Amino acid sequence: MKFNLTVVTAASVSLLAGAALAGSHMASEMTIVSWGGAYSKSQLKAYHEPYSEMTGVTILNDDSSSTAVAKLRAMSEAGNITWDVVDVEAAPAMQLCDEGLAMEIDPDTMLAAAPDGTPAAEDFGDMLVSSCFIPQIVYSTTFGYRTDLVGDKAPDSVCAVFDTATYPGKRSLFGVPINNMEWALLCDGVEKADIYDVLETEEGQAQAFAKLDTIKDDVIWVSAGADTPQLLADGEVVMGATYNGRLFSVIEEQKQPVAMIWDGQVMDLDGWIIPAGLSPERQARALDYIMFATDTQRLADQAKWISYGPARKSSAPLVGKHAELGIEMGPHMPTAPQNLSRAFLMNYDFWADYRDDFDAKFQAWLAK
Amino acid sequence: MNASTGKTPILAADGTPLRKSLARSLRQQKLRALMLIAPLLVFIFVAFIMPIVSMLMRSVENDIVSDTLPLTVNALQSWDAQSGELPDEAVYAAFAADIKQAALAKEHTKVGLRLNYEQSGIASLFKKTARAAVKWDIETDGPFKEKLLKIHRNWGNVEIWQALKVHSPEVTSGYFLNAVDMRKTVDGPDWQPEEKQILLVLFKRTLFMSLVITFSCIALGYPVAWLLANLPMRHANMLMILVLLPFWTSLLVRTSAWKVMLQQQGVINEVLVYMGMVADDGRLVLINNEIGTIVAMTHILLPFMILPMYSVMQTIPPSYLRAAKSLGATNWTAFWRVYFPQSVPGIGAGSILVFILAIGYYITPEIVGGTKGVFISNRIAYHIMESLNWGLAAALGTILLLAVLVLYWTYDKIVGIDNVKLGG
Repeated sequence: MKFNLTVVTAASVSLLAGAALAGSHMASEMTIVSWGGAYSKSQLKAYHEPYSEMTGVTILNDDSSSTAVAKLRAMSEAGNITWDVVDVEAAPAMQLCDEGLAMEIDPDTMLAAAPDGTPAAEDFGDMLVSSCFIPQIVYSTTFGYRTDLVGDKAPDSVCAVFDTATYPGKRSLFGVPINNMEWALLCDGVEKADIYDVLETEEGQAQAFAKLDTIKDDVIWVSAGADTPQLLADGEVVMGATYNGRLFSVIEEQKQPVAMIWDGQVMDLDGWIIPAGLSPERQARALDYIMFATDTQRLADQAKWISYGPARKSSAPLVGKHAELGIEMGPHMPTAPQNLSRAFLMNYDFWADYRDDFDAKFQAWLAK
Repeated sequence: MNASTGKTPILAADGTPLRKSLARSLRQQKLRALMLIAPLLVFIFVAFIMPIVSMLMRSVENDIVSDTLPLTVNALQSWDAQSGELPDEAVYAAFAADIKQAALAKEHTKVGLRLNYEQSGIASLFKKTARAAVKWDIETDGPFKEKLLKIHRNWGNVEIWQALKVHSPEVTSGYFLNAVDMRKTVDGPDWQPEEKQILLVLFKRTLFMSLVITFSCIALGYPVAWLLANLPMRHANMLMILVLLPFWTSLLVRTSAWKVMLQQQGVINEVLVYMGMVADDGRLVLINNEIGTIVAMTHILLPFMILPMYSVMQTIPPSYLRAAKSLGATNWTAFWRVYFPQSVPGIGAGSILVFILAIGYYITPEIVGGTKGVFISNRIAYHIMESLNWGLAAALGTILLLAVLVLYWTYDKIVGIDNVKLGG
């Protein structure tokens, strides 16, 4: 008995020492890069504040996500990386991973398992699109329309964008090939499953541009996610494409006469990467933060503040009401069953290969 | 020493020739002056010139291909790229060894991204190949031609090998060719396919619209500067504050304000429709096109035109105009023959400032320019921030820099740079 007690004491002492050692081996300050605005606020409430409270770590925020890829590359070349955790979309994350600028993540050891014990790799499932990327939310690019400007027949399909006879007036689209090429083919009769095969061929590209030609003069081409909400609110456009969270805030927070077409929504992911080449203390801190901030409860908490869907399957049932508006958030998620069935999944590999090529063609087409 | 005293050096107090002694003290003075400005010089060199030069160097650097795939580059030397036939097994084997090595060092994706700028599809081709290549034993697993072809049919596409060969030299003209809508091919430089030609259009548009913006700034700024220089002090000060006011407001706020003014449901269109000058369904399109860019940028750059003009006009004595009139000149002749020529240096300085600022602008065109009003800088920003094709961005930047230098030189030849004054 005495012997047992000694063993237990020794074990617990060494455990405590281990924990203390681990604690002292982590940086006490970290810089987290994100997008700013409502999105950063949702992360502040759901992740940063509880994490700081729990660990006493000071979190510095940098709203540089829109230029993160270029800045991270410059930092890495200068040999002075000042960021610890960076919020980026899936495609740039893959780019960073390919450039060797982001650290590879092992989901089984570095991410928390679901409460029921499902390993993280399974819980995230298909969302783990790159070995460096820890998915956080699912968002989608979809259309909103002015309910007072579309007449009696509310648009129910993404192809309403191409139907200028039924819905006259301007529409706003992002001035980039991604999404627009897919929608054009989809509305020109190509099956969802065949779209990327068709786009790979010259004829397919010509077909997409021909379809876009039919509405070219009716489009206001925008560059920022905030443009379409403003154009909709001012009645400049009848319908326009932007991120679903932006439309949520136009509809539910600003109470504008706008509604959403979920049909043909293109789903994309946003999440974290950890820069490659951090010092061991900072890397340990970043991993500790990631382990906490991407667990099931934390991802579900974020949905209280913004209408983006958590990337874990196990988080979906925990999504509750909006913290300020008191609206049930479930139906507003791109991942809600009735929205998901009409979604369109972006092919990251295709765009990694063809983005530059298409972008040149698209800009040349716009300038014509 | 002979009688010719002219050759006798005059000596300073310490016995050295005066000329030498003077030169020495002058040199010391110069050195001291140089020491004083040395921190500034070093700062400018380190913080300004070096980064620019290193950025510009990227427009020709291309060592990544030969560094990552050395055996392949070597083996491709003996392959006739123009023959249209696939390279032989030696090249495939060299590539297999290279890609395995690169995959183990995790370098294969970088070179894949680099070559993908030239030939779409190489990025994923390299990734896919590398996944298989790490398991190969290069000594015994040949022949690799079949193996590679099995991984992806594109290894049987001669264009992939041509791209590899063409872009293998350590120093390349490829980025500069890309920057003027051309590309490097096995048969030498060639135009990009027509549907990809965009950059020359943007260069021309940037130059043309910057000129339009400069001239509208002259047209709007000249009368204001004249008023500033000729009104009584009290009113002139008031006016000066109005000129400077825009400087106190954020650029983004000013640009976004033009959105509110110019859009189809905006202030200007509303007023025109209310007054019956424009039909409700025929509202003017004033934004998201060239007009939007020209209007917003003229507004933003106007102070840079007015201030140099004003400071030059202030130095023109009003008595000259009175003298001209008393000698019988009409108002117009007095202005055109006497006042205007003296104000030209101010116009010159303002124009150079405005033009050079305009040519590199990208935030404002991005917000109000739509697609017809964007500049070459918007493409540079795209390649720096999104496609990460810094080589092409550097080439575009170099061309823009050279264009400005050429224009500056032409301006010097025509108007004379001595004729530019910022004041006094």
